[in-house]
Amino acid sequence: MHMLEVKNLHKRYGASEVLKGVSFTMDKGETKVIIGPSGTGKSTLLRCINQLHPPEKGQVFLEGVEITDPSVDINKIRQKIGFVFQDFNLFTHFNSLQNVSIGLEKVLKMEKEEAEKRAMHELKRVGLGKFAERYPAELSGGQQQRVGIARALAMDPIIILFDEPTSALDPELIGEVLEVMQSLAGEVTMLVVTHEMGFARNVADEIIFMEGGHIIESGSPKQMFTSPKHKRTGEFLGKIASLYGEE
Amino acid sequence: MSDFISFFAQSLPKLLDGLSTTLFLTFLSLILGFLLGISLALGRIYTPKIISWLCIGYIEIIRGTPLLVQLFILYFGLPSVGIRITPITAAVIGLSLNSGAYQAEYLRGSIQSIKSGQMIAARALGMTKTQAVVHVILPQALRISIPAWSNELIYLLKYTSIAYIIQVVELTAEGKFIAANTFRYLEIFTMIAIIYLSLTVLFTEIIDRIEHRIRIPGLGAKRTTLLRDA
Repeated sequence: MHMLEVKNLHKRYGASEVLKGVSFTMDKGETKVIIGPSGTGKSTLLRCINQLHPPEKGQVFLEGVEITDPSVDINKIRQKIGFVFQDFNLFTHFNSLQNVSIGLEKVLKMEKEEAEKRAMHELKRVGLGKFAERYPAELSGGQQQRVGIARALAMDPIIILFDEPTSALDPELIGEVLEVMQSLAGEVTMLVVTHEMGFARNVADEIIFMEGGHIIESGSPKQMFTSPKHKRTGEFLGKIASLYGEE
Repeated sequence: MSDFISFFAQSLPKLLDGLSTTLFLTFLSLILGFLLGISLALGRIYTPKIISWLCIGYIEIIRGTPLLVQLFILYFGLPSVGIRITPITAAVIGLSLNSGAYQAEYLRGSIQSIKSGQMIAARALGMTKTQAVVHVILPQALRISIPAWSNELIYLLKYTSIAYIIQVVELTAEGKFIAANTFRYLEIFTMIAIIYLSLTVLFTEIIDRIEHRIRIPGLGAKRTTLLRDA
């Protein structure tokens, strides 16, 4: 049984079909990176997995349970799927500690004290133990995103979905976030949409290349970077490399 | 001037009587209006279409008709269908129903100004919609609506004087009685104007301090005020 199985997922917004039948699986502890041009449905795919945007067709199984079944309690399922957003989406009226503990208190119904202890542990894990009292508006983008990761980690999720976690960051802040993510690899199952090719190459167990609502191909970083099967994959990686100065 | 002061001292007990009614009307209507307003705002944004339409309909009817007409319907109109209420009850109901419609719109504006990512992040954590509204959306929206709410308070304080027309003896009505007996219209209504003005300045200052105290660190402008900082 796979930890996550996505089967033939379809999603449309009005007239445009964004996902045209996407299927893949993930196993425990794996890190998979989804790459591809903008507007090819990568973020939509993540939002279909945790049902923030319910798909029209297809199924998602989490630990063998079909979570696209309308009879499941989606709030219970979402507790087990961490989500890290491109623009952080920290709760602006809570400090870092409260941002991490609120889910534990209100969703997992932990005692406040226990929740805060756990939240503090997660903040330290992302290197922000000293920033527990700071509010989001008092943190840099990189720090905010690390709080966002701590918030997801605290719920002890089966998998964490990262939706372009470094795209909104100034270049000098990207490193600290990628470092945290790299430190989680192997420990936490991660599905990451990103344009950071260095991260994809060094951390991913598998790279999935998406375009036009389809998965064009997937494979190990080595295979994808050195001998992609599909012409489009090579073109895309070449373009990204020249843009970001990789190799 | 000394004559004005002694006339003021002489009139003060009656004016204070009226003032207590004014304050009673103001705060009770503000609180009841708030409860109504928050229900209407949430109803308008988060409920199925039919309930949402009912909320919009209510808000439009109330905002589209004069407060005075609403008070007349409550006080003079209802007895003809067998419902009799005292002037003060009619005033509280009328002002609350009225204020609720306005407060609903202030709150709706605040709620809708919260970035959609806040709701999405709350739902992604596994919160229900209600939990997200209670723990994430409202604490932010209520802070944003404080300036509008301060506006509503001073508006209500002054508009309670309309209740005088349905025979509620509040501050303005007391003034009218005193003036009718003494013919000192200019003095008495100047006094009353000063009382209203002092209260609005005081209330504005208090709310301003509350706003400052519960502001979100790192957000919002620095406080500037008419009165000196304590």
